[in-house]
Amino acid sequence: MTALLADLLSLPLFIGGVFLGISGAVGVIRLPDFYTRLHAAGVTDTLSAGMILTAMMIQAGFTLVTVKLLLILIFLWYTSPVASHALARAAVHTGVPLPPQTDDERGQGDASSSN
Amino acid sequence: MLYFLLLFSALGAFWLLLSGHWHNQLLLALGAASALLAAWVGVRMERRDTGAYSLGMLLRLPRYLAWLVAAIVRANIDVVNRIWYPDTHPIHPVAGRLPSSQGTDLGKTIYANSITLTPGTVAIEIGDDDVFVHALTREGFDELAAGEMDRRVTWAEGGRR
Amino acid sequence: MFAAAAIGILVVMGLALVRAFLGPTVCDRILAVNMLGTKTVLLIAVLGFLGGRPDFLDIAIAYALINFIGVIAVLKFVERIGDSRSSPRPEDF
Repeated sequence: MTALLADLLSLPLFIGGVFLGISGAVGVIRLPDFYTRLHAAGVTDTLSAGMILTAMMIQAGFTLVTVKLLLILIFLWYTSPVASHALARAAVHTGVPLPPQTDDERGQGDASSSN
Repeated sequence: MLYFLLLFSALGAFWLLLSGHWHNQLLLALGAASALLAAWVGVRMERRDTGAYSLGMLLRLPRYLAWLVAAIVRANIDVVNRIWYPDTHPIHPVAGRLPSSQGTDLGKTIYANSITLTPGTVAIEIGDDDVFVHALTREGFDELAAGEMDRRVTWAEGGRR
Repeated sequence: MFAAAAIGILVVMGLALVRAFLGPTVCDRILAVNMLGTKTVLLIAVLGFLGGRPDFLDIAIAYALINFIGVIAVLKFVERIGDSRSSPRPEDF
């Protein structure tokens, strides 16, 4: 009974997590420039990982395994913004062109070069 | 000293949870020794901003984190829409400086990390009282510029010192 | 269910590898590799469940930390190279 309930709860989380992961990966492939790809990668790092790990936590129940999964989640959510920030900084320093600043006219942002 | 004790107990609890050894006395002693060593190294490394940690902040953080998770879910849905339906949800990236009102380095770090953790906005540079932000859309940038996240982080931090 | 999740994660990793091959800048490649590392952590955890061996979670934790430190180290290196050329700095914007 509880196993069935756990399956029912974790199945949509797995599906949602994998869907978000694929969405993020598709975004990383088809968005036009580096900084926009960074946002797409953020989707896979935050909610996708969170949903898959939560689904596994539900499957594991109240054990030490759940604590470890929670720790993995905390690590990922703590390290992923730092890595994104470092990536963006390195991109600025290596000269990847930034989009127009806020005082400029809107709507010319996606004119930046893709390959 | 208080910081050292807090760090030591946190590391000890961390060790216990990860190892799962509750009974073997030799292993427990080794775990305590490694926690002690790590806490000592940590205190030596982190002289600067240890005063920023406070009990009130620890109590206020969960409420902020709950709000942050809700914000992350909303931002994720928005970015996924923009990935799958580029025609109806176009992207127009912008970058610019935004003011930040946190008093401590810890608060600034929390704010910048929160910005980056919500998909659609990334903090690139952190200054003394501003953040250089890149956003996937104009709306995302304007929402951040409205300052709700900034206010909430400052509230969780405990206001300007 | 775990097998399906593992296959889904593998698909995501494959798509990330496409970006790592396409480039075009070195930062794009590091972004893809970082994403690959995050997905590897999830894959190790899912495989641990699939095989009924929760010990895999310790490996996943260690992998998460090593992946993070590795990405930061490579980025420091790239940033140093970028600085040595005459490239615009964020202060100029």
